Amino acid sequence: MKEYFQNIWYGFSTIMIGMRVTFKHLFVPAVTIQYPNVKLKLPERERNRLYVNMNDCIGCDQCARACPVSCISIETVKSIPGEDLGKTSNGKKKALWVTKFDIDIAKCCFCQLCVFPCPTECIYMTDVYEYAEFERSSLVYNYVTLTPAEIEAKKTNYAKLEAEKAAQKAAGAPPVKPAEKEENKQ
Amino acid sequence: MAIKTEEMVLNMGPQHPSTHGVLRLELILEGEIIQKVTPHIGYLHRCFEKHCEAMTYPQIIPYTDRMDYLAAMYNEFGYVIGVEKLLGIQVPERVEYIRVIMGELQRIASHLVAIGTYGADIGAMTPFLFAFRDREVILNLFEITCGARMLYNYIWVGGLSHDLHPDFVRLTREFITYFRPKIVEMNELLTTNRIFIERTANVGILPLETAINFGITGPMLRGSGFKWDLRKDDTYSVYNRFDFNIPIGEGKVGTVGDCWDRYYVRILEMGESLRLIEQALDQLPEGNVTSAIPKRIKPPVGSVYTRVENPRGELGYFIISNGTTSPFRVKVRGPSFVNLGIMDVLCKNHMVADVIAILGSVDIVLGEVDR
Amino acid sequence: MIVYDFLYNIVFNITQSAVAGDITAMVISAALPLLFLVLPFAILAVWLERKVSAHMQDRLGPMRTGSHGWLQTIADVIKLLQKEDIVANDNDRPLFNLAPILVFSGSYLVFAALPFSSAYIGSNIDLGIIFIIAASGFVVAGILMAGWSSNNKYSLLGAMRSAAQIVSYEIPTILVILTIIMITGTTNLRTLSEMQTGYFWNWMIFGGAGLSLSKFLFIPFMIIGFVTLYISTLAEVNRTPFDIPEAESELVSGYHTEYSGMKFAMFFMAEYANMFAVSAIVSAIFFGGYQSPFGYLGNTLGLTWMVPIEQFLWFASKGIFFVLVQMWLRWTLPRLRVDQLMALCWKYLIPIAFVNLIIVGLITVL
Repeated sequence: MKEYFQNIWYGFSTIMIGMRVTFKHLFVPAVTIQYPNVKLKLPERERNRLYVNMNDCIGCDQCARACPVSCISIETVKSIPGEDLGKTSNGKKKALWVTKFDIDIAKCCFCQLCVFPCPTECIYMTDVYEYAEFERSSLVYNYVTLTPAEIEAKKTNYAKLEAEKAAQKAAGAPPVKPAEKEENKQ
Repeated sequence: MAIKTEEMVLNMGPQHPSTHGVLRLELILEGEIIQKVTPHIGYLHRCFEKHCEAMTYPQIIPYTDRMDYLAAMYNEFGYVIGVEKLLGIQVPERVEYIRVIMGELQRIASHLVAIGTYGADIGAMTPFLFAFRDREVILNLFEITCGARMLYNYIWVGGLSHDLHPDFVRLTREFITYFRPKIVEMNELLTTNRIFIERTANVGILPLETAINFGITGPMLRGSGFKWDLRKDDTYSVYNRFDFNIPIGEGKVGTVGDCWDRYYVRILEMGESLRLIEQALDQLPEGNVTSAIPKRIKPPVGSVYTRVENPRGELGYFIISNGTTSPFRVKVRGPSFVNLGIMDVLCKNHMVADVIAILGSVDIVLGEVDR
Repeated sequence: MIVYDFLYNIVFNITQSAVAGDITAMVISAALPLLFLVLPFAILAVWLERKVSAHMQDRLGPMRTGSHGWLQTIADVIKLLQKEDIVANDNDRPLFNLAPILVFSGSYLVFAALPFSSAYIGSNIDLGIIFIIAASGFVVAGILMAGWSSNNKYSLLGAMRSAAQIVSYEIPTILVILTIIMITGTTNLRTLSEMQTGYFWNWMIFGGAGLSLSKFLFIPFMIIGFVTLYISTLAEVNRTPFDIPEAESELVSGYHTEYSGMKFAMFFMAEYANMFAVSAIVSAIFFGGYQSPFGYLGNTLGLTWMVPIEQFLWFASKGIFFVLVQMWLRWTLPRLRVDQLMALCWKYLIPIAFVNLIIVGLITVL
């Protein structure tokens, strides 16, 4: 009998304690925000969408190799002697034309492994997180700055050079003057 | 004369509000009484172990994050300790301390999810949101440190990806002072609530014998009253330098090893983790966190088994190296997977509503069960 | 009553037919609560529920549609109206379509006998309380029908639980109401409310009108009766901690799992209408119904036409207060298990209500 009333009292009192807690919280200001209107300030180390600064990219492919999900694909063409590709911001001389630098951001797992090996710090993670698209294909970001025509030209130039080299090797002749120069990056 | 009745087969999941992901439970019911429970897993299988064979050692770390996504830091921790053992490298003191701090913060965050979702499973939505509100603070701490909120890739072989943020120590101390009263509040709101006790005490009793036979670890084993914590019993990193208790289930409101005990062990563990973090912050040495990271990770031929005390139990990594940059085999002994195996034993002769209570107290993460 | 007479007189003057006047007045005065109470209240209550829960959980809740999101439920209703009405192949079609109507009409019937103010009561029947209990029993049939015809195991489990729950919780409800009937000697809700007129110490929770020894002896037992009644009505309308029929984490959403669109909205509306109905019953029985606790402004100013309006406002605010307490409980408590629910009813509420009934009976004899 005693237990019976104890049960009732225990149930009743703990419910009251719980109700007191929730009642107090009625007057606690909300911790949520109204997202698209109010946005939180993101910390400086935020890891969101990848960005590549192509001016600094030397096409070394290290980021693509570090990527665990293979979302970066890079293709390069060697420059032919005499071409000036410019320098990166930390003084490295470029030697490769980057003809393809695609990041499939839909595959990206935001692990930041690609950022650390980059010798010129040209690939980094930004704090942009609103980049939803209607089509999956638009999530493949193309960072190459060369136009398709330029890419084609670089490729043929290099192939020509190779062919010439091979021909000269076969002929045993000294190398010819560099192929006609083309205006590099804009 | 007894009427001949048929047993009812009820599929719970893979889409169900409280199977914690995509677990499918096949319940055989006699009215509302459970006759048999068969968990069906594999709906979230992502070939983690096979993937590892094609990845280099650092590339595996983001994959370990995605196993137990509620305790990603701890998964990295265990894996990294294994690879370091293979390589035979010593990491700086500061790195060890930061790992412990992060691991314990992660433990609190993970237990908060466990407790919160347990409340939601039992039917109380408010503790769930309170738990997530507090977890958010921890995630913010992780975010300022490494930039990610859930899948960190923070603990690396030989070091850490970033040093602590300058504000980290101050914010963490603020969090500790903020969080202590919240545990009390959670106890008032949920733990001692009579209805909650009715629902969890004496439900799903797991005797110690059975727990050991099934290889149960973590809060589940401790809930059954066995003091077993790898942080103390097979100590790793710098855990032996701290003073902390291992809470065990005492059957305060029911029988030792019931759902309430498993739940309460988690509550107590959060308090212990807070103590650990405080001590680690006090002793935190200076140093360089990236100095010991090897340029090229190419362990010698050999194998290693390491185990750490994940928030859910013993997380073991068995790594075989064949001398190349990627492991020959990585086998994971996941606590959730092993703990899930006991569902049938625990649920027998309980009601449908108890299945939810028991499943919540087992605290599985499907990402790690299926890998 | 004034409303009914008013309508009757208008129609009677036009048609000179008592039957026509009676029918028209009845239909219109019966439809009044639907248009002016049930629908607006359901919309208000859903919004309130969201805001109350949000603020208890340190959230904001709906904020975008209208100031502090007060238009949100209207937007939801419009959305529900547009939604496709899905009837699965294996559903028992006639029952499936009938169930929401039955549930809704069951909860709407209750409004017929609620005394909104001294001027308006849908139907002033002498068996008011008994009618309300009978009508709310109607809901069980609808819920069972929904669970069965859905042909879904979860729905069936939910419906079975619901039927058992509502049927057993009617017993303590009736027992408590019986104590009140014993004291007051009436089952007419309007008479009951009129008996509690004056100031708040005349309410039944404070022992009713009059100043005798028995009034003070009643008070503790009235409080026990009130708590018992409140708990059991909570269970009758399937609210947390007794929301087992639709236990979200176990049975997905119980008997209305398979419903969509407007049929789902009818279940939803019935739930909120029921919430108000039981709160109104509690306030009518124990808290003076439509009576003001401090006297009326209309009487003080000499504007007697104001009194019924004030009474209506008091009735509505008392009802909404108890609805808010229901919400408060819902967002605080976990839910019970089905056998514990039965244990609570049969082991605690019914004996308590019974002992209460006997003691109150003895005091009345004194």
